[in-house]
Amino acid sequence: MTAADEAPATVGGSAASVPSARPHVSHRGPAEAVAGTSSPHAIAPKPFPRRFHQASWDEPVIFELSTPGARGVLLPPIEPGIREAVGNPAADLPAGVGRARPPQLPELAQLHVLRHYDRLSQENLGVDLNIDVGQGTCTMKYSPKVNEGLVRSHKLAELHPLQDESTVQGILELMWRLERFLAEISGMDRVTLQPAAGSQAIWTNVAMIRAYHASRGEAAARDEVVTTIFSHPSNAAAAKVAGYRVITLYPDPETGHPSLDALRAAVAERTAALLVTNPEDTGIFNPEVDAFVRVVHEAGGLAAYDQANANGILGITRARDAGFDLCHFNLHKTFSTPHGSGGPAAGACGVTGELGPFLPAPTVERAADGTFALDHDRPQSIGSVRPWYGVAPNLVRAYAWIRSLGPDGLRAVSETAVLNNNYLLAKVLEIDGASAPYAAGKRRIEQVRYSWETLAEATGVHSEELGVRMADFGTHYWTSHHPFVVPEPMTLEPTESYSKADLDEFAAMLREVAREARETPETVHSAPHASTIHRIDPSWFDDPERWAVTWRAYLRKHGERRAAEAGRAAAGVSASHAADA
Amino acid sequence: MPEQPIVHPYIPNTIPEIRAEMLAAIGATDIGDLYAEIPERLRLRRPLDLPPALRSETELVREVGGLLERNRSTRELVSFLGAGCYEHQVPAVCDEINGRAEFLTAYAGEPYEDHGRFQALFEYCSMMGELLDMEVVNVPVYDGFQAAATALRMAARVTGRTRLLLTDAIGRDKRSKIADYCAPDLVLETVPFDQASGELDRGALAALLRDDVAAVYVEQPNHLGVVETGLAEVVEAAHEVGALAVVSVDPSTLGVLAPPASVGADIACGDIQPLGIHQHFGGGHGGFIASADDPRIVMQYPSRLFGIAPTRVAGEYGFGDVAYERTSFALREEGHEWVGTAAALWGITAGVYLALMGPQGMRELGESEMARTHYAMGRLAALPGVRIPFERSHHVQEFVADFTGTGRTVADVNRALLERGILGGADLSGQFPGLGQAALYAATEVRTQADIDRLAVALGEVLA
Repeated sequence: MTAADEAPATVGGSAASVPSARPHVSHRGPAEAVAGTSSPHAIAPKPFPRRFHQASWDEPVIFELSTPGARGVLLPPIEPGIREAVGNPAADLPAGVGRARPPQLPELAQLHVLRHYDRLSQENLGVDLNIDVGQGTCTMKYSPKVNEGLVRSHKLAELHPLQDESTVQGILELMWRLERFLAEISGMDRVTLQPAAGSQAIWTNVAMIRAYHASRGEAAARDEVVTTIFSHPSNAAAAKVAGYRVITLYPDPETGHPSLDALRAAVAERTAALLVTNPEDTGIFNPEVDAFVRVVHEAGGLAAYDQANANGILGITRARDAGFDLCHFNLHKTFSTPHGSGGPAAGACGVTGELGPFLPAPTVERAADGTFALDHDRPQSIGSVRPWYGVAPNLVRAYAWIRSLGPDGLRAVSETAVLNNNYLLAKVLEIDGASAPYAAGKRRIEQVRYSWETLAEATGVHSEELGVRMADFGTHYWTSHHPFVVPEPMTLEPTESYSKADLDEFAAMLREVAREARETPETVHSAPHASTIHRIDPSWFDDPERWAVTWRAYLRKHGERRAAEAGRAAAGVSASHAADA
Repeated sequence: MPEQPIVHPYIPNTIPEIRAEMLAAIGATDIGDLYAEIPERLRLRRPLDLPPALRSETELVREVGGLLERNRSTRELVSFLGAGCYEHQVPAVCDEINGRAEFLTAYAGEPYEDHGRFQALFEYCSMMGELLDMEVVNVPVYDGFQAAATALRMAARVTGRTRLLLTDAIGRDKRSKIADYCAPDLVLETVPFDQASGELDRGALAALLRDDVAAVYVEQPNHLGVVETGLAEVVEAAHEVGALAVVSVDPSTLGVLAPPASVGADIACGDIQPLGIHQHFGGGHGGFIASADDPRIVMQYPSRLFGIAPTRVAGEYGFGDVAYERTSFALREEGHEWVGTAAALWGITAGVYLALMGPQGMRELGESEMARTHYAMGRLAALPGVRIPFERSHHVQEFVADFTGTGRTVADVNRALLERGILGGADLSGQFPGLGQAALYAATEVRTQADIDRLAVALGEVLA
């Protein structure tokens, strides 16, 4: 019997010792756990919230599936005519230049590669599977399937970026149009689609700010950037990389956003820019944002608007109308492109005409005859921020999404996202122990950063633990960026994609987990119970002697002990299942 | 605010009765109430000036698909373009896996409910580690440009020095990115390539190396398609002054080329687009950074590093973030550079690719590229007036062809080739004027002998 064969018994054993008021969730056991309501004449109504168990294939690491000699895919054979002409040039590489030993990659037949990754995929939760309102700030929304078909066409997937412009007029026109759409949505004059993602778009804006001040001879004199603690950490981090000293404003305890006085105290003739999100990650809109911009402008600085949180304000209010000089959108958030387990994403930066010369090169331009071309001749440009012109598949998806909604649809997106958020806010605040710090009684825009401080004080159960337990209900739940300014945080963003029934179900899950925290806290402390795996020993991750970022590092550091345990298992001695706990 | 008359399929709560019910539940009279915190002076008082909705999928596909139909793809044209984006065989299983909704539509879940992406990315890093002969590989950054720029910033942090020596055989867009990203604190200097071999001029390197150099950066093969056979000497020279050697490498060549680590390179970096990812008009890039498992270097990564760990159940694998406290997620501006959404799905895809290819597939890939490229070099060298300037050097999947002797410009030649259904090599004349009317031709494993012969015949006609 192998160690893998033993695992299910171990799982059952450990789960059985966990006190739980939801045995049907905590056990892998048979459905009799909810018997009692069944009758021979009807199927019992389903419990609410639902029972769930994540796929748990106990899948080995792919190297363990290797069979020497197996092939997953073959290549076109080298034609005899080529062989005759050139022989095998690889064999002519000098010693030390040619590879001496083959890479120790796994060897698998095609089905086995497919099966392994299909199993891993089942152990992952996408928007398509869960009520994905728990990943606040991430704007988890539906990515329409029709758009997937469009981007898989060879008319996009098999385009090389250096093709003659006459052969890529379709994609160039699409990019040009998308830029115009985003210019209208933001009020800006020019847009670039080159940034690969939101943080790179922030960087692009910072680089343009730096180039702008340099062009005026103020590069050295303006060495400070002001941001807020509830703006994405990449605003502060990108500014630091660019050489700026970062001043971070904290919220006023009443309003939830920094006061104008705090801003005035931070802004000076050294200020290069304000980098700010609005609404911030609390979902609170700073109504004085135009005054903030004015203060920065009066000091000679620029104002850049991180529009990662734009999903609630499309067609409602625009960056330009508050006076901003630069802004950026995350197309994988607001404009529906799928998040890809963490990218590829896409960013779009909008600027005023004054900042236009600094945009990354190339730009897409429309000629008088209606044809489209790439303009590389931009002497004041910050240059390339990434290869070529942007994450083209995501530009197509974003374009298609805007076209499928139109101006009324975009407004409906935002209004519905805001409606959903305020509805969920009311439902969450009904739960004993939950609160929404700041701006009491006021409406939020598209998300809320909640606090479980009261619950944690009463039960000793922390927000992170509640989040892990939510995995047992088949969903996500995210706390907050660091530092936790809101204690015991939870950030929820119910975009327009979710129905009232979805929101009711998510709130019911939260209520159930909060109840468990009070009544059976051990259930939460020891979660997950119905997920792919069980509680991880995190001590390896910060210990250079034990951390292993690759399988080869794992084998070097832990291989001997692993072999010894395998030997004991083969000899029929049961392995300790909590050796490092 | 009038209610939306259309119930939109992407927006379930556009059903008027549901909206009314939800508004009532939160004590609002209409949607406008919910925007009470946005002052009137900041409101847009008109509809967005955008084209009306295409409500059906039929209309949408007709419109967007129609735009794309105007493109001519490398399936319709025979392409010899490379220069950082390559047409390779993309196994169907790669597209199958990256199209799985569970991976495609997931984002940033925890290592429990998103165990699958953690394991898939750990495996990607592990297979890259085998290819590169290194124990630490990051979760992908945006692309090879970012990987190079970050690798150089890492080297500067490790050494506490500020001078960077970069090969001149580098794409100009990439150099532009590195320069802007490393400003203002790091200083870039260029090391020329030898005009005869196309390899780094090691004499010039020696003259520039001092003990204030943080890193020497070279590419393998370099941007001119030339294999740096003196890589070991370059690394040694860097180490002699206490600098790190940062080597960007095309991973598709590593079945036949020695990994940079084998000659002592400290940091390897590059782009994973060649590993099972379509060209996507340049939208299919992801960047890797790799090194030894040396905490001095590991603690300088800005990227996420996923590690393996035990769970409370014997034999179960768990995954999580290694040394998280170095990142901007943990420390904002006090972390290294920043970390954010980048290219995870391409990392998963590249892992699938490497698992399908295995050691034998990677070897055959490299051999095939080399044979086709050298065959193409021979065919072009035989054309009157065409010169292969680095003909005697080793190449894997790209080479420079110089058309100066034909009296024609590359742009002119490529226009004529396009009329014959061929995309000629990337025009280097603007970026490398010293090379004359030079073009960079790529011949990967998908370019057949017939394709290359067709190119040679067409060039013969064009240049006649």
